[in-house]
Amino acid sequence: MNNWKNIEFSSEELGHYSRHLSIPEFGMEGQKKLKAAKVLAVGTGGLGAPMLQYLAAAGVGTIGIVDFDRVEASNLHRQVLFGASDVGRPKVEVARQRLQEINPHIDIEIHNVRLTSENALEIIEKYDVIADGTDNFPTRYLINDACVMLDKPNVHGSIFQFEGQLSVFNYVDEEGNRGPNYRDLYPEPPPPGLVPSCAEAGVLGVLPGIIGCLQASEVIKIITGIGSPLAGQLFLFDALDFSTRKVTVTKNEDNPLTGPEPEITELIDYEAFCGLPSSSNGQEEREPEVPEVTVQEYKSWLDSNEEVQLVDVREPHEVEIAEIGGELIPLKTVIDNADKISRDKKVVVHCRSGQRSADAIKQLQEKYGFDNLYNLKGGILAWSKEIDDSVPQY
Amino acid sequence: MATIIIPTPLRKYTDQNRRFETRKNTLSEAIDQFVEEYPEVKQNLLDEDGNVRSYIKLYIGDEEVDPAENGSLELSEDTEVSIIPAIAGGMGWTTPRRNVAKNISSLRLSDSA
Repeated sequence: MNNWKNIEFSSEELGHYSRHLSIPEFGMEGQKKLKAAKVLAVGTGGLGAPMLQYLAAAGVGTIGIVDFDRVEASNLHRQVLFGASDVGRPKVEVARQRLQEINPHIDIEIHNVRLTSENALEIIEKYDVIADGTDNFPTRYLINDACVMLDKPNVHGSIFQFEGQLSVFNYVDEEGNRGPNYRDLYPEPPPPGLVPSCAEAGVLGVLPGIIGCLQASEVIKIITGIGSPLAGQLFLFDALDFSTRKVTVTKNEDNPLTGPEPEITELIDYEAFCGLPSSSNGQEEREPEVPEVTVQEYKSWLDSNEEVQLVDVREPHEVEIAEIGGELIPLKTVIDNADKISRDKKVVVHCRSGQRSADAIKQLQEKYGFDNLYNLKGGILAWSKEIDDSVPQY
Repeated sequence: MATIIIPTPLRKYTDQNRRFETRKNTLSEAIDQFVEEYPEVKQNLLDEDGNVRSYIKLYIGDEEVDPAENGSLELSEDTEVSIIPAIAGGMGWTTPRRNVAKNISSLRLSDSA
């Protein structure tokens, strides 16, 4: 980012960027700074999709993308980098192709991996600005801590249903004052919720588009030095009543990353920090905490007319999308409805992916001592994939 | 009348209401009234000791509420209290099932100074 003065443009590039060059405050200097810059986007989801398209179009010279996911149908209502024909393809590969179509004059570097404590420092250190578009707390704290350790500004966006948050963390201003980071705002993550996925909580598709575009704007401001970055402030947007607020983020003197004697000086196990089962690479098979049954085994029970009760712990609106039968007892009501669950035959509990049903079984075991409950491993998604593909995946 | 702005993750416990108006004079009393009106909010907003959970911040206007103020902050007619939780993608948070470690930025609401 510092070597921008030597940057040159071809005539095609000058045509592409002409409307930037026309802005007096931006001009050739701003465009050169963009071309000299390296930006890393973590996540190509709802936030990353719009942000990446604008960063590419704007002429950020090197864009890195970290994502290990493949495109799913349920991504398409918000992840506008991808189309229906991309389902099943690695997101980073589709993203690279799409972004190079938008702007052939920039470099795209893809990292088709999960960002972990083992690889984060090596990946992040190559970039000037980091844009956090992740959807989970372990990766968010990982990015935050790595950015503080490597002295990188972290442009953060997050969303929930109709509401978005935006801030620039760890930004060092012209006087050398360092702004707060995510741990100043939230010292600890929420414990693992009973509702861990988009499936139940959902998100208005256009919302990450709005927040992701604002992230792109902050990235461009940081690189070019125009305006004032959203450092030390948290921007809040509620699409339902179109309210916006900006609140102050203050430094917390107990922040374990900062201060004269930081407690955290190297990356930690972020899944453990967030109260999740720890896995060094995220790929290992975890020991199940509750008895499980695979969809194949459950199918064989049905085929042999074994007496089995099936319980669905999802929300009613999910049943409208896909179902494989069973009595509907939403997770949050399962304790109050324990009397509806048999104690004298096998009971298979299921949800979309198997997480909420595992939670339900744990609650029922702890509260009422059930010993006949089996979690349907992989939930309805596994059933759709392995047994009956007419059941929609969502 | 002061207003508490309710964040999206809590609205499922407030009949989807986005604002709560109160005539109480202190933040502590206002929060007490809020959780009395919507009992399910309580365990999602406060821990067992009555502290605001560490993944939630309270703001009055655009300023963070200082935990040292112990919730005794006075509210005026046009005060806006914002409850601002950590959010992440589609991840919802709800009643915790583990004891969150010592809450270094919490606000003790039930023990007004």
